[in-house]
Amino acid sequence: MTRYLLRRIGLALITLWLLSLIVFFAGQVLPGDPGRAVLGPFASKSVVAAYDHQIGVDRPLVIQYLGWIGGLLHGNMGKSYQYRSAVEPFIVAALGNSAKLALLALIIIIPLGIAGGVLAAMYSGRAIDRLISLGGLAVSTVPEFVSGIVLIVVFGVALKLLPITAATSPGDSPADQLKHLILPVIPLVLVLFGYIARMARAGTVEALESDYARTATLKGLPRSVVIRRHVLRNSLLPTITVIATQTGYLIGGLVVVELLFNYQGIGRLILNAANGKDFPMLEAGVLVIGVVYMVATLIADVLYTVLNPRLRSGVAG
Amino acid sequence: MSELTATPSAAPGAVAIAHAFAAPPAQWRLLLRKPTFLIGAGILLLWLLCAVFGHFIAPFDPLAQQLLAKNSAPSGAHLFGTDNLGRDVLSRVIVGARDILLIAPVATLLGAALGTMLGLAMGYFGGVIDTVLGRVVEAVLALPVVIVAFLFIVAVGPSSITLILVIGFIFTPLIARTVRTAVLVERQQDYLASARLLGERPAFIMFAEILPNVLPVIVVEFTVRLGYAIFAVATLSFLGFGVQQPTPDWGGDIATNYGLLGAGYWWETLFPALAIASLVMALNLVTDSIEQVISS
Repeated sequence: MTRYLLRRIGLALITLWLLSLIVFFAGQVLPGDPGRAVLGPFASKSVVAAYDHQIGVDRPLVIQYLGWIGGLLHGNMGKSYQYRSAVEPFIVAALGNSAKLALLALIIIIPLGIAGGVLAAMYSGRAIDRLISLGGLAVSTVPEFVSGIVLIVVFGVALKLLPITAATSPGDSPADQLKHLILPVIPLVLVLFGYIARMARAGTVEALESDYARTATLKGLPRSVVIRRHVLRNSLLPTITVIATQTGYLIGGLVVVELLFNYQGIGRLILNAANGKDFPMLEAGVLVIGVVYMVATLIADVLYTVLNPRLRSGVAG
Repeated sequence: MSELTATPSAAPGAVAIAHAFAAPPAQWRLLLRKPTFLIGAGILLLWLLCAVFGHFIAPFDPLAQQLLAKNSAPSGAHLFGTDNLGRDVLSRVIVGARDILLIAPVATLLGAALGTMLGLAMGYFGGVIDTVLGRVVEAVLALPVVIVAFLFIVAVGPSSITLILVIGFIFTPLIARTVRTAVLVERQQDYLASARLLGERPAFIMFAEILPNVLPVIVVEFTVRLGYAIFAVATLSFLGFGVQQPTPDWGGDIATNYGLLGAGYWWETLFPALAIASLVMALNLVTDSIEQVISS
């Protein structure tokens, strides 16, 4: 188990290092220079060059990369070109906001997706199964901003029931903040529902057809007990993995939803940084997203191994 | 069958596709009797017509600005209203079908072509090639897709070509993985052993012997990926990384106008949004029907 864990963490670190390389060099070939972007079109050439020298972007790329990665290892993520101050406070605040939105989405989607999948499996082939399976697939392929627009038009503009932006003022009560997050969270839930329900359905169908489920039924256990005690435990294993791999989709969805609903999360932050050629902010933001994604995948892998006795004995040696 | 054997000079790929589609006409008739397929195909056909003949169908020039009639609500003159520059929204929705219906299939085709070649090589040769390519595929898949696309576009700059390349490259490892699995199954078959004993070259065995047999897998993979491609193209356009203004584009037009939702100008974003939704829904109906007919 320890060896397996160490191997997984090692692989994750290598991927992270690759990501840091990609992030850094992708940021460098971004057209336009930061001095010009910050100082505007009317600044003179010499002033721009002086600014570039001051923030160090005129040094060789390898030196810049080493300086950046060295700073990262000391917990220093660099200084934003746009805000002319350390990027950490921005990243931390944005990450907190995104986490709020993402957690709310997960709290809704995990029980809903699993319940939908189990229900579809129990009535496999019937109308309710078709409705959940095809309906889930259909809504999961509609981009978040499309369902978001429809929701805004219906509940925000026509019915005027809910606020159309997620941004709240600092003094707002938690209930008020929650109200602002209702519309943004629905598109995230819709996209993930189809995948999670489909995995839960497949796992449940397999478990329902298994010998142990049949034995449990034949020895006279009520259907609800068979489902709860024998089927669910086995059917939910693959679903756990899927939920973790969906973190990637969730992050992509966050970028879109945060833009549409004007929410100050990590997605908005890197989008603004990219448009403003604010490399340190962009690099730090993307790297943080990479870390979150990798940690989620790692937790899922470990959880899967811990929960699955067959795998656990396989890697023990 | 006779006309297939009569043209031995045809490319192996074309023959294979003909095989896959010409084989069971009964299944095609079954498909045509499914209402879900007919509805989906009808909507797809409508958007295809808009993509090809958009400029002839559109009631107005999608670029023509009427600044005196900007942000006007849907009416008899402008069925979908006008946008912030007084451009006819209906015309922009009709002409806007073109880019997404060009970029998404071409990107998927690119990913399918590269992924098929990669998957064939990985599955057929195995060994070192499989291990090395497998590691690369895993590394690509280890990053959130949207971040990969985002970085690539930030580095290269937004354009239709960039979108095609990004989405094609992201699909390549995904499709390669599926093809590889299918090739591993084929490798156990007797016909491959005989082909090798006959001394045929690996390229011939891969493309003329294995490819036709794994083609159904690739076709299904293509249709599924096409849905994701539309999702990705629309999303990246909305983020400002796709077709640039003033060219009509569903995602791009929504990006330009969603800020006006608060002012109540809902028609400028709702109609392009519904266009995207109808396109992906239609594609789902068609894909689902085909999968059902194939598996039945």
